[in-house]
Amino acid sequence: MGAGHHHQLYRAGDTLVHRLPPQCKLVAVAAFAIVVVATPRERFWAFCGYLLLLATVAAIARVPPGHVLRRMVVELPFVLFAFAIPVIGLGERITVWGVSLSVDGLWASWNILAKATLGVIASILLAATTEPRGMLLGAQRLRMPQLLVQIATFMLRYLDVVLDSMRRMRVARESRGFQARDIRQAPILAKSAGALFIRSYERGERVHLAMLSRGYTGSMPILHDISADVRQWLAAGALPLAAAAVLFLT
Amino acid sequence: MTLEVRDLAYAYPDGTQALFGVDLRIARGERVALLGPNGAGKTTLVMHLNGILTAGHGTVRVAGLEVGKETLREIRRRVGLVFQDPDDQLFMPTVREDVAFGPANMGVRGEELDRRVRDALDRVGMLDAIDRPPHHLSFGQRRRVAVATVLAMDPEILVLDEPSSNLDPASRRELAQILRSLDVTVLMVTHDLPYALELCERSLILSGGVIAADGPTRELLADESLLTTHRLELPYGFAVPSPGT
Ligand SMILES: Nc1ncnc2c1ncn2[C@@H]1O[C@H](COP(=O)(O)OP(=O)(O)O)[C@@H](O)[C@H]1O
Ligand SMILES: [Mg+2]
Repeated sequence: MGAGHHHQLYRAGDTLVHRLPPQCKLVAVAAFAIVVVATPRERFWAFCGYLLLLATVAAIARVPPGHVLRRMVVELPFVLFAFAIPVIGLGERITVWGVSLSVDGLWASWNILAKATLGVIASILLAATTEPRGMLLGAQRLRMPQLLVQIATFMLRYLDVVLDSMRRMRVARESRGFQARDIRQAPILAKSAGALFIRSYERGERVHLAMLSRGYTGSMPILHDISADVRQWLAAGALPLAAAAVLFLT
Repeated sequence: MTLEVRDLAYAYPDGTQALFGVDLRIARGERVALLGPNGAGKTTLVMHLNGILTAGHGTVRVAGLEVGKETLREIRRRVGLVFQDPDDQLFMPTVREDVAFGPANMGVRGEELDRRVRDALDRVGMLDAIDRPPHHLSFGQRRRVAVATVLAMDPEILVLDEPSSNLDPASRRELAQILRSLDVTVLMVTHDLPYALELCERSLILSGGVIAADGPTRELLADESLLTTHRLELPYGFAVPSPGT
């Protein structure tokens, strides 16, 4: 797939990780996340071990640390939330640099931060090595509900079309002197949004007719059989299995 | 007869009567233009040809098979409909998957499917774009891929709704060459009269929901009063000498 601005999570490459069938990677990441979440928060060294495992995967996939770090901003709200907990938390308190913090709150925020960070890094690695299209095919293989996969497939296809009509509407507004400066202009923006919705809805109807015309009867034909063999499942399974081993050994 | 429409009438659910009894016949291998001003009912007629709309009155037959609930699947294979906006027609993430969609719905799989996809794209000169997402193609290229999506279904008749709309002159000429090179029956809906003259020997004029004229394109376009009556106009500076003068 090309370099559309919203596909920037993906980093083209031809490594072992890139070549694994998407469904194997999806299952591996989900299983890894389960192990991470199941780890008691006091097991500090286990979390370090998980991070090391992810670093190994990144190295094999040739994804540089900078790529991962820049995309971790999605975690920011969790980070802020986590920092607030020890301040407002209850129970036994300790004083750090003159600030009184709740011990229980500190543990809670460590718990959130460590687990969220590991989950986010694993997802970023998955997205960096799997094309959006492949992700959907993988989901389809895993018997995710047809409807969800189809909706996501259409989003992938029409995101650019919708963004484009949004951009055209903005240009049309601004070339007639409109500038969104304060709240009083909100009704105009709301009307634009309404028009965009109607346009998208009508397009949806026309696309549906086009699909019917080509014999659509409610389910997408499976075009690529991206089957995975035992070796590939084992390769992908290495990550969650190693994580489970770390959990038992620490 | 590849296409036979008899006394077709249709009113939209809101009461707008769009077709008032359309009769037309198209023989195998013909390339026919359906001319008519905006709102004449052209798109409405086209949607009856593959059963998207169901006739209020009258019948549509494709290669002898009558359009009806039980025959929909086969009818949709026989009638290849190319919609006006290629962004409506191309809904899959890649060109390959889009062209494969129709034949795959008909149960074609594996190598045969791959062969059909490549063959259809080759016929419209878009084989190089097979792995590209449709939104990265130019408008003219998207329209050609849209034609390929129905060619892959191996239709009896290709029906195009306003194929030349929004095309620049070069894309317009390329599409004309492609349409001329195809060995299928074509019904081309348009109000682009020179395009009809260039591609189709025979034309029908749909006006007010009925077929108002049927004859050689050259004769129809030379009849100025006929065109004026049905709100059709040749572009500025364009004239078709009447046959025989
Ligand atoms: N979905 C609809 N509901 C009600 N009336 C419609 C609908 N679509 C088209 N019409 C009306 O039917 C008539 C024929 O429309 P159409 O077939 O789109 O014409 P053309 O394609 O020749 O421009 C017009 O009067 C139009 O307003
Ligand atoms: Mg129309």
